[in-house]
Amino acid sequence: MKRKTVLVACGTAVATSTVVAAAIEEAMQVRGIPVTLRQCKATELPSLIADADLVVSTTPVPDGLGKPVIKGLPFLTGIGKDAALDAIAAALTG
Amino acid sequence: MSREDRLADLLDDAALCPGLNAYDAADAIRQLAARLEWLGRVRPDYARAVIAREAAMPTGLPLGAINVAIPHTDPEHVIAPAVAVATLAVPVDFASMDDPDEKLPVRVVFLLALTDKIRQLATLRSVCALIQDAGRLGRIAAVSDQAGLRAALSGEMLTSEIQGGTS
Repeated sequence: MKRKTVLVACGTAVATSTVVAAAIEEAMQVRGIPVTLRQCKATELPSLIADADLVVSTTPVPDGLGKPVIKGLPFLTGIGKDAALDAIAAALTG
Repeated sequence: MSREDRLADLLDDAALCPGLNAYDAADAIRQLAARLEWLGRVRPDYARAVIAREAAMPTGLPLGAINVAIPHTDPEHVIAPAVAVATLAVPVDFASMDDPDEKLPVRVVFLLALTDKIRQLATLRSVCALIQDAGRLGRIAAVSDQAGLRAALSGEMLTSEIQGGTS
């Protein structure tokens, strides 16, 4: 399976995206989905989006990215986390 | 684990504020930031930077019964990593991280002063594990004194350290 790239965005790229990226990396490893995680600020998404397959963001993202965007909040609150992981897995393998 | 900061390492009693009286989110941030500045952990512009970031990219987390906010800002405003914690006597509104137009009445605030995402991953995971545990969060929100708040936070730390050690 081709290794996909996920951009994990938050406001500062030091706090919430760190937790979200670690959670996604572990969960995709368990599911056998090869993935590269990159953290960035939401404002940096337009300049980084070309090389990415998917965006997971804890904050609202700019319009018109042209790639699927999945909310990262469930990884912080725990509410809807499994559904978010299923959505990420589907987006990466579909 | 020596290169990772644990939540326990980053808490100082002087920055634990049970039953804080704040009239809004910025006031709560300012009061907690003042403690961290006094402790020498953040620069004088930290509070202003956190409040500005909160206005642009809010950090309120909708959890149901007890909402939490985790205000923070860029590492350039931080001298050394630290976490200040307040429980609010009366909830104040923070905007939701997910939807800045949504206001959440927040009872517990974790003010994060972070310098390095790798070193502080364990701390961030501890905070997340704690807010995902409704029972522990309820105990934290209910404490009335500093010792109680530290104990409530400590109960979580032991569990999260065990979890962190297996990952």
